[in-house]
Amino acid sequence: MKHLAYWLPRPLFSLFLAVLWLFLMNTVSIAHILLGLVLGVAIPFITQGFWPEQARAGHPLLVLRYVRAFLWDLLCSNLVVARRILGRTRHLQPGFVLYPVELDDEFAITVLASTISLTPGTVSTHYDAAQHTLLIHVLHLEDEEVLIQQIKTRYERPLQEMFQ
Amino acid sequence: MTTTEIPFLLELVIAFFLLIGALVALLGSIGLARLPDFYTRLHAPTKASTLGVGCTLLGSLLYFSFINEGISVQEGLITLFLFVTAPVSAHMMAKAALHRRVRCVRRTRNVPWEGDES
Repeated sequence: MKHLAYWLPRPLFSLFLAVLWLFLMNTVSIAHILLGLVLGVAIPFITQGFWPEQARAGHPLLVLRYVRAFLWDLLCSNLVVARRILGRTRHLQPGFVLYPVELDDEFAITVLASTISLTPGTVSTHYDAAQHTLLIHVLHLEDEEVLIQQIKTRYERPLQEMFQ
Repeated sequence: MTTTEIPFLLELVIAFFLLIGALVALLGSIGLARLPDFYTRLHAPTKASTLGVGCTLLGSLLYFSFINEGISVQEGLITLFLFVTAPVSAHMMAKAALHRRVRCVRRTRNVPWEGDES
């Protein structure tokens, strides 16, 4: 049992990599299944030193709801930013916002920062682990409080539920 | 040799997605050229690489799924990899710029190194 945990630090991740390999090749043959399994065992084993904590996924339904909200926001904010780019850039009011992070899980914080970066109009620039703050650059800053509340209710709360 | 006949409606939908994707990518490039400083320019590529590539891939997915008669999953994988890697590069660039205190437009609010924070 101990040996198994040593050679297979993340069994689910290994399976995911093997399936991913088959998808990439777009074929299902014995050779590719074997190659995928070899990669699935080798990659987590070699890289495990770089990420000590286990990445956990939340309830699939919550994840799905999060992805849906995220895609919708992606669409909306894209339209808003497109208008800003084509409009008079001299009237833009860029700014930095210090966002207080409430999440504890490192993986959840990574997801939050990535979500903020992917939605156009906001890019997360720096995470201060000591003070639990995320520095965000905003393309057009109107009201700091509104933005913080928006991120809190739309992304951080669902993430909190997911990784609890 | 002619290719498999694609229904007109599907053709329209594919063309729609491709055009929207190209348009968004163009907008991203325009933004890259027009925006005033490094930090604001970071915003334009995230746009092109999310919605722009997303729409193009959706068009590609529809086309190849129809031509090859089977769902083509590679586009989904490209989207996944893109969404996982794009924020990391944006984050690293922003971090490097912050570290070097790259100049930003004068009207930027709450510039972190000007001492009005914390």
